[in-house]
Amino acid sequence: MLPAEGVRPRVRTEGLTAFYGTLAAVKNASLSFAPNQVHALIGPSGCGKSTFLRSINRMHEETPGAHAEGLVALDGADVYAPRVSLRRLRRQIGMVFQKPTPFPTMSIYDNVAAGLRLDRGRSRAEMDRTVEEALTVAALWEEVKDRLHASAIALSGGQQQRLCIARTIAPAPEVILLDEPTASLDPQGTQRIEELLFRLKERYTIIIVTHNMQQAARVSDTTSFFYLGEVVETGATRQIFTSPREQRTEAYVTGRFG
Amino acid sequence: MVGLLVVAAVLAVLPLLLILGTLIVKGAGSINPDFFTRMPVPPGDTGGGVAHAIVGTLMIVGTACLIGLPIGIGAGIFAAEWPASRIGIATRFIADVLNGTPSIVVGVFAWTWIVAKQGHFSGMAGSAALAVLMVPMVMRTTEEMIKLVPHSLREAALALGYPRWRTSLQVVVRTCLPGIVTGALLAVARIAGETAPLLFTALGSQYMSTNIQQPMAALPLVVFTYATGPYPEWHRLAWATALVLIFVVLVLSIAARLATRSRFDAPR
Repeated sequence: MLPAEGVRPRVRTEGLTAFYGTLAAVKNASLSFAPNQVHALIGPSGCGKSTFLRSINRMHEETPGAHAEGLVALDGADVYAPRVSLRRLRRQIGMVFQKPTPFPTMSIYDNVAAGLRLDRGRSRAEMDRTVEEALTVAALWEEVKDRLHASAIALSGGQQQRLCIARTIAPAPEVILLDEPTASLDPQGTQRIEELLFRLKERYTIIIVTHNMQQAARVSDTTSFFYLGEVVETGATRQIFTSPREQRTEAYVTGRFG
Repeated sequence: MVGLLVVAAVLAVLPLLLILGTLIVKGAGSINPDFFTRMPVPPGDTGGGVAHAIVGTLMIVGTACLIGLPIGIGAGIFAAEWPASRIGIATRFIADVLNGTPSIVVGVFAWTWIVAKQGHFSGMAGSAALAVLMVPMVMRTTEEMIKLVPHSLREAALALGYPRWRTSLQVVVRTCLPGIVTGALLAVARIAGETAPLLFTALGSQYMSTNIQQPMAALPLVVFTYATGPYPEWHRLAWATALVLIFVVLVLSIAARLATRSRFDAPR
């Protein structure tokens, strides 16, 4: 990808190859992601885009037998370096999953506070403020402010997903990874999440995996097309969808396969 | 066809109803404050209760829980978190074998290793035998409950930066805690009525004993001794004791049911 001249990428990968056992699901992917933009990863099922995403915050290696090779750098620092703390890394790079995953034993408040509770010494008032701010940014505060201590699973699917976004941004990450965040939502819920992305990119660097090409076209600034584990093409979203350089990209974005 | 299924369903619950009915008819009349608070009287006298056996059962089963629950739950968490590890596979296999082992075998085992070594019967040996019976049950239900927790919850916690042990205890185990509690209560209900292992270990006693290193009375042993004894007064107490035992199991099962409700379910 070609970030504007002089802009340092927030996240950069160099020759990233991710394995499940001996099978390489992502092959030699080199991409950079500029700050305060939405980057979409598109491609057919099984093309490696989710695996690529999960390699950035090292969630990939939580799968038994999986590992990654090559470089992933956050602000220039190798996230696979030996002394890197997974806990700190994952607080800098938050992640939202395909299905909403509120913790069912926790209230709405406790869900948002879950990440914050990992460190001690935050005052109650400070915690309240952070939770409110995260819920406000996630456009959920107005809907839940009167029932913060009610169950999180009583919320609708779309609300649950926004709650998960609030939970992800509460610890103040720099980068947010979203793995098909609207795949299980209805059109209305999808629309609210998409609107949210526009506001989130003012603060964060956003990388979103999506199956839905219209969504990529609507929300992203840059797009990378993955196919069979390789990055086929990457560029400004408009260029990818209107004048792709690669024939395979054109075939995919015009709906001829995938 | 549906008729046959109905017959089968009725036949399935019929024994339970007959047992309950018989116990209530023969035992309920003897349930009075004396039964719970007094000691047995010498043969020939009437009245008396089984206070010694109630205390004994509480102490023996309580101690068995103290030993068996932490081991069972801990082993269950381990087997669920590291399912493919050698220890995990071995523990699961051994637990399955142990689950099918007749309780009398466990009793003989406890006799060999504790009673014979110490040179005397004791409530503690009974607790150990019951704990051995309890561990595989608790372990397997814990493991099954943990496996029911969606993988996505674990991932969500890890992605927030939770270390693995915290993910396991604060998110996964907490989510399925009601199920684990249910399994534990059912295991307690199961061992509270065990007789065979206690025959070789706690032995039984006519006296009130609160020293767990000494032979102790227990409700199932009272049923066993009194029901096979020659005196009508003993038979009366045996019926009442059996009724109390069934009642305890029933209460524990109901408690297990209640425990499966989460705190958020209540208002709905």
